Amino acid sequence: MTEPILSLRDLSVTFDVRPRGAWPWTAPLKLQAVSQMTFDLAPGECLGVVGESGSGKSTLARAIVGTVPSSGGQINFEGADLAAMTPRERRVHRRDVQMIFQDPLAALNPRMTVGDIIAEPLVTHEPGLSRADRKSRVQDMMKRVGLLPNLVNRYPHEFSGGQCQRIGIARALILKPKLLICDEPVSALDVSVQAQVVNLLRELQRDMGLSMIFIAHDLSVVKHISDRIVVMYLGRQMETADARTITTRPEHPYTQALISSVPIPDPVLERKRPRTTLDGELPSPISPPSGCVFRTRCPKAQATCAQALPPMLEVGPGHRVACPYHQAENVLAVSA
Amino acid sequence: MLLDIDNLRVTFSTADGDVNAVNGVSFQLDQRETLAIVGESGSGKSQTAFALMGLLARNGRATGQVRFDGTDLLGLTPSKMNKVRSNQIGMIFQDPMTSLNPYIRISEQMAEVLTLHKGMSKKDAIAESIHMLDAVKIPDARNRIRSFPHEFSGGMRQRIMIAMSLLCRPRLLIADEPTTALDVTVQAQIMQLLADIRDDFGTAIILITHDLGVVAGFCDRTLVLYGGQIMEDGPTDPVFADPSHPYTKGLLRAVPRLDRDDDELLTIAGEPPDMSRLPQGCPFTARCAYVQNTCAHIPPELATFDGNRRRACHVPKSEVSA
Amino acid sequence: MTYSSDAERLLNATHLAEVQGRSLWADARARFLRNKAAMVGTFILFGIAVFAIFGQFVAQHERDMIDFTLIGANMQKGVPSIETGHFFGTDANGRDLFARVVQGTQISLMVGIVGALVAVIVGTLYGAIAGYAGGRTDNIMMRIVDVLMSIPFMFVLILMLVIFGRSIFMLFLGIGLISWLDMARIARGQTLTIKNKEFVEVAHATGVAPFTIILRHIVPNLLGIVIVYATLLVPQMIIFESFISFLGLGVQEPNTSLGALISEGSSNMAYGVMWQLYFPLAFFVLTIFAFFFVGDGLRDALDPKDR
Repeated sequence: MTEPILSLRDLSVTFDVRPRGAWPWTAPLKLQAVSQMTFDLAPGECLGVVGESGSGKSTLARAIVGTVPSSGGQINFEGADLAAMTPRERRVHRRDVQMIFQDPLAALNPRMTVGDIIAEPLVTHEPGLSRADRKSRVQDMMKRVGLLPNLVNRYPHEFSGGQCQRIGIARALILKPKLLICDEPVSALDVSVQAQVVNLLRELQRDMGLSMIFIAHDLSVVKHISDRIVVMYLGRQMETADARTITTRPEHPYTQALISSVPIPDPVLERKRPRTTLDGELPSPISPPSGCVFRTRCPKAQATCAQALPPMLEVGPGHRVACPYHQAENVLAVSA
Repeated sequence: MLLDIDNLRVTFSTADGDVNAVNGVSFQLDQRETLAIVGESGSGKSQTAFALMGLLARNGRATGQVRFDGTDLLGLTPSKMNKVRSNQIGMIFQDPMTSLNPYIRISEQMAEVLTLHKGMSKKDAIAESIHMLDAVKIPDARNRIRSFPHEFSGGMRQRIMIAMSLLCRPRLLIADEPTTALDVTVQAQIMQLLADIRDDFGTAIILITHDLGVVAGFCDRTLVLYGGQIMEDGPTDPVFADPSHPYTKGLLRAVPRLDRDDDELLTIAGEPPDMSRLPQGCPFTARCAYVQNTCAHIPPELATFDGNRRRACHVPKSEVSA
Repeated sequence: MTYSSDAERLLNATHLAEVQGRSLWADARARFLRNKAAMVGTFILFGIAVFAIFGQFVAQHERDMIDFTLIGANMQKGVPSIETGHFFGTDANGRDLFARVVQGTQISLMVGIVGALVAVIVGTLYGAIAGYAGGRTDNIMMRIVDVLMSIPFMFVLILMLVIFGRSIFMLFLGIGLISWLDMARIARGQTLTIKNKEFVEVAHATGVAPFTIILRHIVPNLLGIVIVYATLLVPQMIIFESFISFLGLGVQEPNTSLGALISEGSSNMAYGVMWQLYFPLAFFVLTIFAFFFVGDGLRDALDPKDR
């Protein structure tokens, strides 16, 4: 395997939560948003991260980009540990790691023109650039993402959701970053527009040789765009494998339940599919269950699951599962 | 026949002129039938439901006919409509918090429905409410009914909403994007619950959604809306297996499927339409891959074929299916 | 149709002329222009401003010149009249009331505008910095505001005017000191919501320096509410100054303000010289009402819910 562009080692992110009405001097509660995440990302690879709300997937993205401080572990980007850097040192690396967001309109300053929005990273990192050069680069980028370059002086509210997401993509890519992190980039868009943005991202990734982390709750979209997938639950990694393996031979009970819950637009298949729905609710991340965090809802839970964290087991090439009772099962297959 | 909608039109008057949200929608719904109304933003799917519930925003105006069990709902006075709404038709929304009062206990909110509309005593009403919460599988309903809405998770709140809408045993339940705000595993729970309710109570359900996957697993019939008009309508199986309209076909191909390895998604070019500037003819003209000269000027007729399917398109079905 | 044909269409369209966008400010302006009450308020304010600036060229008498011909016969000869040149009549000392109202309006408007300006500049920046920095910095900065707010300012101002002498400068200083406190709180509250918007996070992630983020991303999005509050602050400041002057502590003779004129006029009411009260009072009320109408109009025009 080539040298990974990004490798996480036991990355943890903790938030302080102050209960309402607490005294200012009492110690805050700890919310473990991300715990001991470990994975590598190869150059040019697209890694999908799936999880439901509260799984910590967005916090993970923000920790890598650096808008949320990590509380333990390492974020090695091209060999340098970002987590150990001072904010000033990090600023240099920021041009190589860019991010696009879920709500396309909220990610754009309503008082700035589209041209100024896309140019902001250039102004920040290449202040010597002449006004004309800057404009031509902005317009080239706009063409690249499928926006009319003569709209540079328009404002975000004059664009549709899909176009706003294209603006966000143009801003993220104008510095030609090495790593692009997409946090639910299509979930706020209409179905017919989703496909356009997904295709655009794939095309740009191939053309620019981008490494990408694609975070979403929709497994179908993640599987479509990713080479490899990480499944998260309550801040922890449950299973990691290449996209095909995870959908056809999932080993972790949570992954199996997740896949089983994803509806497929095929009425005949939907009627025949076996269903394993999860009972109960997501436990509070402030006081997660002891041992395996999934055990409270797991159909295969045993008494031992409460005692210790399940180890990450290598069950195939690049296929790792955090469950000692793992068993491959194709939940998509229709029994004849 | 439970519901018969004929040529429903909804117009909103705004500062920038009239916006036609629904343009001549006609369909029928039988007892115990499950109908999906599928569409993107601006397709008029929610406004269709609001119009037949009499819940349009103040600047909205509905014309046409909405016959529910023989009575025309559009002609009813607000107080009579209120009675129909609470006794005959239930509705659940995407965000349950918008229809639950955050400052009042669940028990009070549920009991009020029954004491007001069924004339029950408070005690009976609470007992019936607990029974209904049990039916939607709220654990420990007897004690939790005293809680406030914010003490429940999103999925639980949606269950409470469903329980509330079922209190008066409505014959029709309208679910407007009931699972859009929920996680997939919770969505699976809620859809299972709705299926159980349909079977146990014999309620007809109109499911309004943009998610074709949810439709496939749940609905007998599918109606596809675009630009406030019906593009296609028919039993779910043939509509999915052999879509007769370019829009339906495009939509089905634009969704990535978990059980397939498609290399590139086929997209529908362009954006959903601007409702204040619809073309004279077919609203899908600007994005259609099969577009012909007539499309922009002459509105296609909604024609019946194969006995129980309908489509509105100038292009022959054989060409779209090919 | 796929992406590549989209791109071709775009390339063909690149020669199109650049389209000018319609900013949120332009939208707000259009909404404001449609608001009749606000437009009437704007015209009245404009008229009052013209009166304050150019009125002295129309006045037939100096504002501090005592017309000795009127002594003892103020009631009969000092009535407002075009012939004598005393358009608004004369005051108790036989001075031209028109010229004095012009100056009073000048001072009152200046007090209001200076107060609002200090509030806008100091208050907005202070609040935005506190809100954006957050944590301990925010805590300390806002506690300072709390402490300043809890001091009875009227008392301190009166004390200052007594100790350091009664001057316009002292008055401006006092008003400037209090006017920004509320604004700082409002700006901070808004900053807290804007700070959590994704576009601020993007800028932070891109590596934009914190102070640039405040100036480029936070303050422009604060300005809507700041402008509305500032227009409502102007009449508040005018009323405040009038109260001080009414007590006799504000602007000193021979200078005057609307508050001082009203004070004089009301004390002479018993002698039947009602014009001495009516003219300054009319200008005072008109100014305040006009500012309130404009403020309400701005609030409707800039309301973010209406986007």
